[in-house]
Amino acid sequence: MNLSEFFITFPEMSKESLRIFKKSIDGAYRNFSREYGDTIEAVFDPVLYFLVWFEKLLQTSPWPLVILVILILVYLGSRSINLTIGSLFALLLIGYFGMWEDTMSTVSIIGVCTFMSIGLGIPIGIAMSNSDRARAAITPILDVMQTMPSFVYLIPVVMLLGIGKIPGLLAVIIYAIPPIIRLTDLGIREVDKEVLEAADAFGANKRQKLFRVQLPLALPTIFAGINQTIMMALAMVVIASMIGVKGLGQPVLKAITNQYFTMGLLNGLAIVALAIIFDRVSQSFGKRLQQHRSGSRE
Amino acid sequence: MSKDELLTKYNHVLGLDDINLNVAEQSIQVVMGLSGSGKSTLIRHINRLIEPTEGSVLVDDQDITKLNKSELLEFRRNRTGMVFQRFALFPHHNIIDNVKFGLSIKNIDKAESNEKAMFWIDKVGLNGFEYKFPNQLSGGMQQRVGLARALATDPDILLMDEAFSALDPLIRTDMQDQLLELQKNLRKTIMFITHDLDEALKLGDRISILNGGKLVQDGTAEAILLSPADEYVKNFVKDVNRAKVLKIKSIMNFSGVQNNSDISVKVEDNIESCLPKILESEHELNVFDNNNKFVGSISRNNVADILKN
Repeated sequence: MNLSEFFITFPEMSKESLRIFKKSIDGAYRNFSREYGDTIEAVFDPVLYFLVWFEKLLQTSPWPLVILVILILVYLGSRSINLTIGSLFALLLIGYFGMWEDTMSTVSIIGVCTFMSIGLGIPIGIAMSNSDRARAAITPILDVMQTMPSFVYLIPVVMLLGIGKIPGLLAVIIYAIPPIIRLTDLGIREVDKEVLEAADAFGANKRQKLFRVQLPLALPTIFAGINQTIMMALAMVVIASMIGVKGLGQPVLKAITNQYFTMGLLNGLAIVALAIIFDRVSQSFGKRLQQHRSGSRE
Repeated sequence: MSKDELLTKYNHVLGLDDINLNVAEQSIQVVMGLSGSGKSTLIRHINRLIEPTEGSVLVDDQDITKLNKSELLEFRRNRTGMVFQRFALFPHHNIIDNVKFGLSIKNIDKAESNEKAMFWIDKVGLNGFEYKFPNQLSGGMQQRVGLARALATDPDILLMDEAFSALDPLIRTDMQDQLLELQKNLRKTIMFITHDLDEALKLGDRISILNGGKLVQDGTAEAILLSPADEYVKNFVKDVNRAKVLKIKSIMNFSGVQNNSDISVKVEDNIESCLPKILESEHELNVFDNNNKFVGSISRNNVADILKN
């Protein structure tokens, strides 16, 4: 082999050893999932039960009641009559065009994903803000979670847990949880050092500082994270439908494979409508949380 | 080893060097110096917001530097209150909750802490503002909240870190007067940090001057003005209006003989307020003490000596 050839073709690993390399990892993982798949599935059972129960609740309750509850939540969150009326029309149209059941499935999985993301993400964000070492360790993981194409991590999840709601839920959470972790960390780190010093000077311990000063002051930023998390969860609906999650994603998928333009458009618009409602409500709620910042001088 | 050597060789900044300072109970001890002199570092050693590398801080014979974590929290909760240069109020709490902060940290019940907070809000003249948020108040009012917050836990030590430096001159004077007025009844041990010599002279029972982390002089306002310890202090006090700070007793003539003039001044009067009397009179003036007993005399020449400098 002469020198010029060396520079033109990359000195790659031999095909044989690459094959063995891939095969051994795949094999090891397959063995792992055969061995522990059931156990891990059992761990997620409570989540699955809750998810199924919540979906059934939304689908089987009388639709006017469901709409009423949603509208009350919209109003309490946003305190906006316009948004409430807009939501009413959007929901009525969704129902009229025959997408009520799918929409309720989507709302249930998005809701559960959001709550799990908040429940996991805020403590992780707090831990990150507490130590630079934790931050250095977690940040690259978050980067991977956000940039790795979802299909890639769907493979091991499906291998481990099969097709269904739980793998879908995991995929959505992996994709949607980074913003809330990052913004919790950022929000806490952004709290004014002097205010923290004041809390210290009055003898506040770590817990008191966290719950009375850091978290309340970080709340608007954390809420921006929750908003992002909801939006990203909605964006995953179609991909999640590929591994068997019911909802508005499935008709979209069907529309893509069969070229049903109108079907795709209607379901797509329903997702947009949900996104707008979630976004406006969570944003205006977040804004009200920081009223003390903009309070006018009198 | 010099300060520069420490920085270049070990990448450490010298904060404070060999400071020995006794603060008398129930007095106002002013620590003054320019930025970088270590005065804010010094005050933070007292409640250990900054840990000293060496040395001890004694409060009633108890070494603060030896307290463990929970003892330190107790010390901060019960013994000290702190007021900050840029107020450092909690922006998400209204005024009454800000004032209550130290009390709520101690888990004092709501009714009692409300009552105490209202008492101090009233004391600093912020009645009617209890439910406003800090950013709805002016700077001076915010610092009143800061003062009330520090006093609410009834600490015996008050740490004031450039507390009035961020305020407009007029408001600053106001706050200084208010602090002196409060101190008459409270008799707290106050450590007051400032870079403003006039403020130091006005407030301090004793004044310590820091330069580059070293204590250059510690004494009463009078001692600092009349016998500055070195060139640095001398330069510092050069432009001060002595007549405003000094009292008759520091320039009067104790050996004088009483004359029959009916114009007189008191030993505790400050010179400025007596200037017209002294300058208009051809003779020496009689000086009386607080019991109207003759103690000496004062003349134009005494005043001229001190003013020309």
